[in-house]
Amino acid sequence: MAASGLSAEVDVGQVVLPGDVLLLPAAPNADGERLRLGPSSAPRGRLLCGPGLRRCAAGLLVTKCGLLRHRPPAGAGTGGGAYWVDSQQKRYVPVKGDPIIGIVTAKAGDIFKVDVGGSEQASLSYLAFEGATKRNRPNVQVGDLVYGQFIVANKDMEPEMVCIDSSGRANGMGIIGHEGLLFKVSLGLIRKLLAPNCEIIQELGQLYPFEIVLGMNGRIWVKAKTVQQTLIVANILEACEHMTSEQRKQALAKLSES
Amino acid sequence: MKFMQRGLDSETKKQLEEEEKKIISEEHWYLDLPELKEKESFIIEERSFMPCEDLLYGRMSFKGFNPEIEKLMIQMNSRYKKEEIEADDKMEADVSDEEMARRYESLVGTIGKKFLKKRDRHELQDEDEDENSNLRPSNVKKMFLKPQD
Repeated sequence: MAASGLSAEVDVGQVVLPGDVLLLPAAPNADGERLRLGPSSAPRGRLLCGPGLRRCAAGLLVTKCGLLRHRPPAGAGTGGGAYWVDSQQKRYVPVKGDPIIGIVTAKAGDIFKVDVGGSEQASLSYLAFEGATKRNRPNVQVGDLVYGQFIVANKDMEPEMVCIDSSGRANGMGIIGHEGLLFKVSLGLIRKLLAPNCEIIQELGQLYPFEIVLGMNGRIWVKAKTVQQTLIVANILEACEHMTSEQRKQALAKLSES
Repeated sequence: MKFMQRGLDSETKKQLEEEEKKIISEEHWYLDLPELKEKESFIIEERSFMPCEDLLYGRMSFKGFNPEIEKLMIQMNSRYKKEEIEADDKMEADVSDEEMARRYESLVGTIGKKFLKKRDRHELQDEDEDENSNLRPSNVKKMFLKPQD
């Protein structure tokens, strides 16, 4: 099964399947015949091998099915580009550094057990809030929503999350208010909404004043002035995954009229 | 072990010790593989989407619903953009360099006065106060005068 590896450059934007081997440019093949010279044949900076890809002897091995994406290096020469597979899934797997919305399910001594939608519940220490000390405990009850990020998340250990950053400041993390609506969407939609120039979010922002928190585990929390407005925003966000941009604009135009 | 016996000479002891060591080390197991050189890899494996796609900050507020979050949005997104700019800017100083130099000049004088001896401090004060009076020849140091009988 001498499947020839596909060139990574050729495949950007194409569907790749698990088991495909991607040859990187400027990497000589075993025979020495197909020597693909990349745009910079000088030793490039580090190449980022994102989710869905693994390093293997020849190049990159695809482990998830989806579209191959590439981001060219930002600076001139420093830091290589990034390759990753844009796949769709609904089930979240905890990853270190991801900001997520969790639901507190239990209080066990010094830690809270938080449901983040993964296979295990994450643990959140009561000292991991801004301004929390042993005497001054945060006011967290069972059933509260917390916005935090993972500090430990691998397949061998229970995930741990915190609601402060490395310098001890909250930066918007912590307990999310009591009102509002929490609902679940697929992970691909979250990434689409968090992309730098997302039209959906910008168009919605011009509709009503509202507040939104997006967690990488597929959970969105919305709060607007009235219950009806909150529900409208939630419905649009859930439906926009399967609507084209024209349909979405039509729907929003109808809403802004009424 | 034979080499541990006290009666033997040090030389025979050493010889026996070496022999024992050889026997023991030969019994140790080892891998008979060629040495593998680790290739220098410039590929970093990353499981998170955040660095790949440059995602924005997750908390957002629109039309002034939550002003603190709006401030935070600007702060976090601009901080993120700033990290990309790798040029090192000079930090804006509150006090200019010249003013700093002037301050230091006077500072040296005032702190220096603290460490003068009492006599010198006294002299300094006299110099400052009366400029009209005749100044004592400052090179005459006050030495210890032996008391005459």
